[in-house]
Amino acid sequence: MTEFTPIASLFGGALIGLAAVLLMAIHGRIAGISGISVSVLPPWAGQMARGEIGWRLAFIAGVIAAPLAYHLVAGQAVQQTVSTNVSLMVIAGLITGFGSVYGNGCTSGHGVCGMSRLSMRSFVATGVFMATAFVTVLITRHVLGA
Amino acid sequence: MKTIFGFLCGLIFGTGLVISGMSDPAKVLNFLDLFGTWDPSLAFVMGGAVVVTFFGYRVVLGRPSPVFSEVFHLPQRTDIDGQLLTGAGLFGVGWGLGGFCPGPALTALPLLSTGILAFFPALLIGMWAGKMGPTFLSARA
Repeated sequence: MTEFTPIASLFGGALIGLAAVLLMAIHGRIAGISGISVSVLPPWAGQMARGEIGWRLAFIAGVIAAPLAYHLVAGQAVQQTVSTNVSLMVIAGLITGFGSVYGNGCTSGHGVCGMSRLSMRSFVATGVFMATAFVTVLITRHVLGA
Repeated sequence: MKTIFGFLCGLIFGTGLVISGMSDPAKVLNFLDLFGTWDPSLAFVMGGAVVVTFFGYRVVLGRPSPVFSEVFHLPQRTDIDGQLLTGAGLFGVGWGLGGFCPGPALTALPLLSTGILAFFPALLIGMWAGKMGPTFLSARA
């Protein structure tokens, strides 16, 4: 069980939205984590202008720094429970990475930014990945009983 | 300045992931477990993010241009193709298996759990293949 946290989740969600709006206002870019992450990998990173890759790396560094900043300010560690099944996590990582980039977006790019722009592609993508995620958990937890 | 603002946007984004609980795979998997230990919290994350972004974009996109760029770089495609459906479908499967989508995978990185150390390199390899595959195919066509 995890605790139902509507207020914290709504507030955290609003911060994610604020970051997406600021990134559009400042750099004119969609705050899509998968798109930004893949663009700084070789060979694509080398094809970008210096200023273009700089803010992307800084954005990623900011996301990575957030849990440490939270720990310092809030005085408590970030709560998380991660599976220790290494082979499962490797397979999950491969599929998550491939699917998010191949489908041109993940929870942030399609789910938050795309749906907010009323993009039909993003509504369809979000519907599809929510559906397959629900079915995956249904199978792993209730059919296979993991 | 470009870099500093990029970092700040990332920091706000990541703080949102942490405060909302989205950074905890246990919470994500419970959200996805409709018929078990369902935790509806993440619907509030998506709700809060979309409402703020929807109204924020209306203000921002009404301006002539962003601060550090000539134009707003907005996706122009409107077609629903097999690549979109396949990619989204696979992404959901991976998300349901590991409980990590790419953003929370970044916030989990400095906490150095066994799971993220296995997940993260695989995530990057998967992402690389997801972009290289179509690039390679279109170059041959």
